[in-house]
Amino acid sequence: MTTDTVSPGRRVSYRFNKIGLMSLCIILAWALVAFLAPLLAPYPVGKIVNFEFYAPMSAKFWMGTDYLGRDMLSRVLMGARYTVGISLVAVALACFMGVALGMMAAVLGGWIDTVLSRLMDALISIPSKLFGLVVVAGLGSSIPVLILTLAVIYTPGSYRFARALAVNINAMDYVVVARARGEGLGYLVRSEILPNITGPVLADFGLRFVFIVLLLSGLSFLGLGVQPPFADWGALVRENLGGLSLGAPAVVFPSLAIATLTISVNLLIDNLPRKIRDQGA
Amino acid sequence: MANIVEVRNLKVEAVTDAGRVVTIIDDVSFDIADGEIVALIGESGSGKTTIALTLMGYARPGCRISGGSVKLGAHDMAGLGESECARVRGIEVAYIPQSAAAAFNPAHTIMDQVIEVVRIHRLMPLRDARAKAIELFKALALPHPETIGERYPHQVSGGQLQRLAAAMALIGDPKLIIFDEPTTALDVTTQIEVLRAFKSVMQGKKIAGVYVSHDLAVVAQMADRIIVLKGGTIQEAGATEQIIKRPGHPYTQALINAVEPALFAGVNAKEEAAKPPLMEVSNLYAGYGGFLDKGLPRLLAVKHVDLRVPAGHNLGIIGESGCGKSTLARAIAGLLPAVTGNILLEGKALAPYARHRSREQLRQIQIVFQSADTALNPSKSVSEILERPLLFYHGMTRRDRAKRVGELLDMVKLPRGLGNRRPSELSGGQKQRVNFARALAADPKLILCDEITSALDTVVAAAVIDLLKELQRELGLSYIFISHDLSTVRAICNDVAVMYAGEKVEQTSPDKIGQAGGHPYSRLLFDSVPKLDQGWLDSLKQDEALIEAYAVR
Repeated sequence: MTTDTVSPGRRVSYRFNKIGLMSLCIILAWALVAFLAPLLAPYPVGKIVNFEFYAPMSAKFWMGTDYLGRDMLSRVLMGARYTVGISLVAVALACFMGVALGMMAAVLGGWIDTVLSRLMDALISIPSKLFGLVVVAGLGSSIPVLILTLAVIYTPGSYRFARALAVNINAMDYVVVARARGEGLGYLVRSEILPNITGPVLADFGLRFVFIVLLLSGLSFLGLGVQPPFADWGALVRENLGGLSLGAPAVVFPSLAIATLTISVNLLIDNLPRKIRDQGA
Repeated sequence: MANIVEVRNLKVEAVTDAGRVVTIIDDVSFDIADGEIVALIGESGSGKTTIALTLMGYARPGCRISGGSVKLGAHDMAGLGESECARVRGIEVAYIPQSAAAAFNPAHTIMDQVIEVVRIHRLMPLRDARAKAIELFKALALPHPETIGERYPHQVSGGQLQRLAAAMALIGDPKLIIFDEPTTALDVTTQIEVLRAFKSVMQGKKIAGVYVSHDLAVVAQMADRIIVLKGGTIQEAGATEQIIKRPGHPYTQALINAVEPALFAGVNAKEEAAKPPLMEVSNLYAGYGGFLDKGLPRLLAVKHVDLRVPAGHNLGIIGESGCGKSTLARAIAGLLPAVTGNILLEGKALAPYARHRSREQLRQIQIVFQSADTALNPSKSVSEILERPLLFYHGMTRRDRAKRVGELLDMVKLPRGLGNRRPSELSGGQKQRVNFARALAADPKLILCDEITSALDTVVAAAVIDLLKELQRELGLSYIFISHDLSTVRAICNDVAVMYAGEKVEQTSPDKIGQAGGHPYSRLLFDSVPKLDQGWLDSLKQDEALIEAYAVR
């Protein structure tokens, strides 16, 4: 007993570094905007407020006006609501389904694992844009359809990721001990495996959110996403594409919005506090 | 005799994750004469490998040689830059790692890797290098020395690979060779041949060596002098003879005592046989892989095993890697369903699958694994880990659980304050105690101990064994104690079963094992365990036919 030495505990905090903090602030700002958009927008979103279309930036219209002469600032702020909102719900659905099924497959193994995995393989083999195009073309574009389509497209990736992590944890002796104790699936998944994969799963959540933002913007750019008179950022880029040759700022700001959001999420993942990142790493 | 190595006031610092600088080697000085083998011995964390690596001018990532000098011939390895060190490594000093399997690249032939040093340093034409390698293979008593170099690492056995790693180190004619626990991962019957090969080559070529090990008995065979380390400082240094016969330092004495623990004070065997058995296993078969036509698995790991454990007694199961001893434990615990055979607990048959057994049956048999690092969930605190079985089997309230966790920690002699810590904040011995306390929390009748002391330092392991015995007296437990280490098993078991290739070849009392009249494999196993005696290896005579039949070399 006297020879047992206590290793000094590693005390790591939840503190963010500078880049992490900055990107977190940008993300929170966009989330706030998405939440409060109607209050923040200076003009009604669908209303033509200026006779001049593709107007330059001015004190009255901070981001200029669009191809019909609507205030760009109001439209970008409202666009945040669609882009961030739809993407967030879709990514939450995708990750929840993927992680839950992935852990289940890893713990149960056998034919359940095989069937689930092959099903996901089949799903992942369909190109995501094509899948989105077909579903939206078939069912028509509404927000629930969009959310479900995006979630289904990104579930297999999340499933594979979670399953790979869970298979490793499942082989650990503490899981074997829990099995020998007679624990059921629920306890094994919730209490033994999930806490040890949260770090990577969170990172994957962020990454997948970025993919979904980009795919949603892509679909809207093709005219299959959010339908007029409402518009998410992708749709805003498309609507005002004609202004590019006229030097109008209308097309730049929605693009900038997409860029700031996705880059910030990526930077945040890279700079997560150690405490979160190390969970199960 | 001139000194090939002179280490003076060596200091190595490491930076912890929290950014704190700690001194892990403090003021270490020693010499190695030409052709002399010096052993560095100590428990894990004593700094023995760190010191050995400084002789190559190397410090592991996060570590730094911060003071002193390491003279190797004309060079001061502590002061050389990386590229200068690289010129010295391989021709002046060479290294034999613990795990040769991890040191060889599986994608290249053995010969290409053995002569790599020659190629890098442009020592001689490659044709000569190959011829020299074959000479070394012969000197190391490798089979088929002419052609073994054409094979890939996975095509030779572990013991052979370890000797091939030695050939790789020797090819550049170094003046000093560093052995980093080269036989720790090998079975005892394999270890002998490797040690013999090392010894004869080192004596033949008059090369100086540093032998890093935690095993005093092995070191006694190899080294001329022993340096005992603890916590990064030298405790005692002296000739091998003096250290093992007349140790001066109490720590050295503790190490020596732990090598050959006292035999278990056996209970009368006849009395034992009359008691009703707690656990009875008969005609058990278990294995892995898909099933063949006859209903047997593709790889049969346990064949026709019968066991009987009377209440309150301990059964040891001993055998070398791959003999099926861990598979047996898994089959008893229901983790790997037995193909056929009966497992009876107090006369009642147990289902092959754990999930078909009742919670009460599961409670009575608990299993404790070798590696406490992977056996404790890193994201839970010690008390959370201990509380789960209390809730699961006994349905205790929160307050009862907290009280019982305190008692359990007392039982395994850990301070109660440890309950809030996470496993990563505990030492190896403490983790293994928590691991054991979790099994105790179920109030079991039988505990399956699968190599529970193998990952621990000798002194810590001895303390864990003492604890196990004490708890048995108090709680009336039975253990099935699985190990590859004969002396540990003999220290705690009433009965020892020897397994070989999936079958139980013999079961006797611990004092009779390896005696004349026993099974030949048991005798071979018994003879192969190194003794704390300098002349043991040289005087050891083993029956060639026995080795041929049973040892994997």
